[in-house]
Amino acid sequence: MSTMTLAKALNAGLRAAMENDPKVLVMGEDVGKLGGVFRITDGLQKDFGEDRVIDSPLAESGILGTAVGMAMRGYRPVCEIQFDGFVYPAYDQIVSQVAKLHFRSQGRVPMPMVIRIPFGGGIGAVEHHSESPEAQFAHTPGLKVVACSNPVDGYWMIQQAIASPDPIVFLEPKRQYHADKAEVDTTAAPDPLFASRVVRSGDAATLIAYGPTVKTCLSAAEAAAQEGRELEVIDLRTLSPLDLDPVFASVRRTGRAVVVHEAHVNLGMGSEVAARITEQCFYSLEAPVLRVGGFDTPYPPSRIEEDFLPDLDRVLDAVDRALAY
Amino acid sequence: MTAVPDVFHASQAAWHGGGPELVQLLTPEGERVEHPGITLDLGDAAQEAEAIRGFYRDMVLTRRIDTEATALQRHGELGIWAQLLGQEAAQIGSGRALRPQDFVFPTYREHGVAYCRGVDPLDLLGLFRGVDHGRWDPADHNFGLYTIVIGAQTLHAVGYAMGVQRDGAVGTGDEDRDTAVLAYFGDGASSQGDVNESFVFGASYHTPVVFFCQNNQWAISEPIERQSRIPLYQRALGFGFPGVRVDGNDVLATYAVTQAALQRAREGQGPTFIEAYTYRMGAHTTTDDPTRYRLNDDLERWKLRDPIERVRVYLVRNGLADEAFFAEVEDEAARMGEHLRAGCKALGDPDPRGIFDLVYAEQTPELAAQRDEFAAYLASFEEVAR
Repeated sequence: MSTMTLAKALNAGLRAAMENDPKVLVMGEDVGKLGGVFRITDGLQKDFGEDRVIDSPLAESGILGTAVGMAMRGYRPVCEIQFDGFVYPAYDQIVSQVAKLHFRSQGRVPMPMVIRIPFGGGIGAVEHHSESPEAQFAHTPGLKVVACSNPVDGYWMIQQAIASPDPIVFLEPKRQYHADKAEVDTTAAPDPLFASRVVRSGDAATLIAYGPTVKTCLSAAEAAAQEGRELEVIDLRTLSPLDLDPVFASVRRTGRAVVVHEAHVNLGMGSEVAARITEQCFYSLEAPVLRVGGFDTPYPPSRIEEDFLPDLDRVLDAVDRALAY
Repeated sequence: MTAVPDVFHASQAAWHGGGPELVQLLTPEGERVEHPGITLDLGDAAQEAEAIRGFYRDMVLTRRIDTEATALQRHGELGIWAQLLGQEAAQIGSGRALRPQDFVFPTYREHGVAYCRGVDPLDLLGLFRGVDHGRWDPADHNFGLYTIVIGAQTLHAVGYAMGVQRDGAVGTGDEDRDTAVLAYFGDGASSQGDVNESFVFGASYHTPVVFFCQNNQWAISEPIERQSRIPLYQRALGFGFPGVRVDGNDVLATYAVTQAALQRAREGQGPTFIEAYTYRMGAHTTTDDPTRYRLNDDLERWKLRDPIERVRVYLVRNGLADEAFFAEVEDEAARMGEHLRAGCKALGDPDPRGIFDLVYAEQTPELAAQRDEFAAYLASFEEVAR
């Protein structure tokens, strides 16, 4: 048991994965000597060498494309995309190659690969450093997409993702990297990777979040509780596949659901979650499923990003609207 | 104002016929010639004659695969076919230079290379018939699946070569272990970001990779001048590895140059760029109409440089093959044609219920549910029919 930030937990998880399997490679820009711009790979090159912790040329398509070849040769590459907004040069390799090779080859060419992307905003960064591209990957058959929200999940989920035989886009809420510490029991059996989790129980409404908005929703639930209203909060953890049975069970009890993410609302994860809740819980719903997210604008300049990002008040405003039906 | 060197027009002039740097060992007229620094090593005289007869046979069979598949498309058995007519020497020369442990990353036109790697040519038709996306096992042949997105496979090749390095399968001196990776692409692909990134990665890590560019002069309707203002092989120097232009219609020169480049790679001397200077005699694919964008003159000029005819002339003139040999090759080509015609029609449609289980190595509950719903939906029709 030790106390870790999300950044340290991911680092420890990567280290454990590399110790367990010599085929695991870490690759990306500045991941070696520097340890990554967020220090997630800190110290790994020193301990595992330059052949396993590979500083790549500054070319994201090159990182992903060469990772495909390494996976074909039997390695398990863990690619770091430095910031969410820089994943697009690699988009073709991810959606046309990584995602499809297993299918195209009728299962003969598996792609055990993890694509780590620090995502979301709230760090006062310049443009292209605060984006939430998860829906674009969750929309792509052949990829699996997960998002961690806390140090315990960071430690375990990265190892589970690396051990998975399928390609996984692994989203890390960069705002949380160095924020809260948590006790991480490195011996306890972890939850399954592709499972959502109820992180706070309540009966008034169900808040559905992942990554950075889990904390936002927990704060909102805390505030609501002070007003005598208990909100259930569910951390989706996995975005593709979705694990919505706990969500359906919750909504059947609460009758109200609000999905919260930083990504643009239009055709975001919330749209899919809302559609599926409607399909499965139609007769239990007391209100339409509401969505709180980033506006359908490009990410704004950072001085006003807190207006763009869902916060406690916007979440509670949506809860009020849901309860008003 | 300083004058800017007119590299475009200078090189254009040189392009007529490939220019003075073109490595050629067998002229279009079937004459053996020397090229400084290039050695054709096919063993003693008898072994060499046997090998050249083999190249001839391979090229005739490759052309037959191509013409047969083209005909199958015309008969409606294939949706489309990407023709290689005219590129037989580039593919057989390079394909025959490979060792079993080497790995190939093809485009969608490397039918001759696939044949060299032991892929049943019938298996190439599935993709074009629309019954699969490639039905051979890459690991069985060390020959990757066809890649349609232009140039994407060059990065896969470099990554695979990085894996080869990590496996310690380069520069050991063990000729059964040391491994090279051969990446195919075309003149159009040379403009792609992925191809240029593969050059950067390949050079940076000194990978055992050979970049084999078949410059067939045309990217669908766009001539090579639209892609490059200098001869393509000269680009290699800018990335930090050697480039060479070989007569891609000369199977002997292509073999010799590729063999040397693969050997450099296996020995740990890093990448080589080979520009196989050739010509796409057919259309881009069976849906293309080259009469809209290129002159018949050009085609006629290149017909005189046919890759197969020059080998035939060489073999005949030097008494290295008799009529019986040529008849046997023709018979074999006819059998190949029959194999493709009969086999293609027998390539049945896949079960639509099967696609759900191929997406992931570990099936997801969502997709399994979608499969079951779809299967039940299909079954509902069967019940009605009963």
